[in-house]
Amino acid sequence: MQQEKKGFFDYQDNVKRFLRGFYLFLVLVVLIDPFIHKHAYFGFDGYPSFYGTFGFVACVLLVLAAKHILRPLVMRREDYYDD
Amino acid sequence: MMINIPPALILIFGSLLIPFLRGRLRSVYIIGLPLLTFFYVISLSEGISWVFKVLDLELVLKRVDRLSLPFGYIFSLISVIAAIYSLHVKDNLHLVSAFIYAGAALGVVFAGDLATLYVFWEIMALASTLVILTARTKKAISAGMRYLLVHLAGGLLLLGGIVLWFKQTGSLKFDYIGLNYQDLASWLIFLGFGINAAFPILHAWLPDAYPESTETGTVFLSAFTTKTAVYVLARSFYGTELLIYIGALMTAFPIFYAVIENNLRRVLSYSLINQVGFMITGIGIGTQLSLNGTVAHAFCHILYKALLFMSMGAVLYRTGKINATDLGGLYKYMPLTTIFCIVGAASISGVPLTSGFVSKSMIVSAAGEGGMLFIWLTLLFASAGVFHHSGIKIPFFAFFSHDSGLKPKEAPTHMLVAMGIAAFLCVAIGVFPGLLYSILPYPVDYQPYTPAHVIDQTQLLAFSALAFTLLMLSGLYPPEIRCVNLDTDWFYRKATGGFLVLAEKVIAKIDYQIIGEAYEKIFVRGMLALARLSKKIDTSGVDKSYHTLAKGSLKLSEIIKVIQTGKVSDYAFLMIIGLITLLLILVLPMLS
Repeated sequence: MQQEKKGFFDYQDNVKRFLRGFYLFLVLVVLIDPFIHKHAYFGFDGYPSFYGTFGFVACVLLVLAAKHILRPLVMRREDYYDD
Repeated sequence: MMINIPPALILIFGSLLIPFLRGRLRSVYIIGLPLLTFFYVISLSEGISWVFKVLDLELVLKRVDRLSLPFGYIFSLISVIAAIYSLHVKDNLHLVSAFIYAGAALGVVFAGDLATLYVFWEIMALASTLVILTARTKKAISAGMRYLLVHLAGGLLLLGGIVLWFKQTGSLKFDYIGLNYQDLASWLIFLGFGINAAFPILHAWLPDAYPESTETGTVFLSAFTTKTAVYVLARSFYGTELLIYIGALMTAFPIFYAVIENNLRRVLSYSLINQVGFMITGIGIGTQLSLNGTVAHAFCHILYKALLFMSMGAVLYRTGKINATDLGGLYKYMPLTTIFCIVGAASISGVPLTSGFVSKSMIVSAAGEGGMLFIWLTLLFASAGVFHHSGIKIPFFAFFSHDSGLKPKEAPTHMLVAMGIAAFLCVAIGVFPGLLYSILPYPVDYQPYTPAHVIDQTQLLAFSALAFTLLMLSGLYPPEIRCVNLDTDWFYRKATGGFLVLAEKVIAKIDYQIIGEAYEKIFVRGMLALARLSKKIDTSGVDKSYHTLAKGSLKLSEIIKVIQTGKVSDYAFLMIIGLITLLLILVLPMLS
């Protein structure tokens, strides 16, 4: 065991700064995107920021489906199997 | 090359010396043995040797070609890394079985015929079971027994398939088999391989057993069983369309489980299935690009998955905890482990300049080039999903999130060294993919670092991260809960009880009442007469030999007693294995 430590993320200002940097990065990759030549496989995947949109929507759906559909179906008490 | 032996034998026989060594010599030997194997495999050139003729069978213990070599490299390399990570382990049985397991995996990879393959396949099953059992906890022992039973069943399917295949083709040569819908042999072999590859529904042994082994055992386990299955499928079932769908399903369904799972090593086990899914899809597509992608991805995956399991193992080793609900804030106390974990998480997510980026994209591109819209979308969804749970959830809940109050020491030096090597390789492959591409089965004409590809992948990941951030901040993200999540292992952990009830209530009743009665009327009377006759013979001389037999069986039963777990589901499982055996015995002669 070690001494109690204060880390970078223990300060709210740092968390805010980190998030602000992250959001700025997102804006940048969206702004750059239209200037890059794409090779689309299917057509629609060549639209600007298709991948960003897909990633965001996919993850929100994934989490909500896991939370509201899968969890009620499969979650049991920790000692369910009794072994 | 002066010495010519199958690489498997170095690890398998070499490991038997470990229990006789002490102190520094033992440590040197534990690292030296896999290191020797690694250098030996590196020095191999293509060709076939160690060929034996047994009756009309031709056994080939050492076939070195463009497909077996990359698997040989990575299997021996990861053995070195895992051995360094295991230096603190005192339990000789654990280490020896881990080494035999690694050696047997090499045996499968370099086997040129189905009989040799089968023998090493079964050694792998037994040795890996020991790797789980030697965690010596109650949970590990019962999970290990279930694991063994699943793999015994898989081994039986494989054996049946091999015997049938030999009868039909007259050859044991292990090459392209292909799934023929009317051919039982190909199906049995396919399913036998499929159980080890964790095909959907057949997959539950993996998240059931892997998280129960020790911090070191799981590192070994994560590398070999599923990837030997990928290797054998890539050799014998490439271009099988069914594999595209199986693979795509494997990439998608585990990520839902990974989101709600609390045990972080179980999260990694689900993401292991997801990653193997990419490889299986690549095998199914069957083009040079996709098969190259599969081999490259297996290579990279073994490194970063081991790295992730090592970092979680270090957390478990230092804190004794592995559930997300118990962890958090460790980055302050285990900064290096945190960094290594993040490198592994970035690699599995396919962040540019890491290994996952240069390998996974080959498979996704192959699906795109083949015009498989639905498969391509599934793989893209799975890429975003894997980032979500392995890329963010693992490091976030273990090392950041809320402060758990735990104040552990940094991981021991040998663990840091092992993680450091793996992390270095993950980045090195990502920055210089040419080296990896040069060892793939086919010539590579693929450029991962195009501006479009880099920005697309960056967007996909960054906006998945945004989704995580917003869901977290808004409180919509499902809270981590201590729980068990049902999976298909339910069928043999709970439903087998029902199977036994059926056996007792229905089958036993029919047996005792109807058959039993008929038996008594017809046979017993006749038998009684016969018995009177044989009694005369019996008392004169047979008695003595009978006594000897009884003593022998008493001894045997004492040995067997050890493996009797007393668990209903295990017995039911054995009955199912028996049923498969019986079916094979009945079916095999009919087909010949």
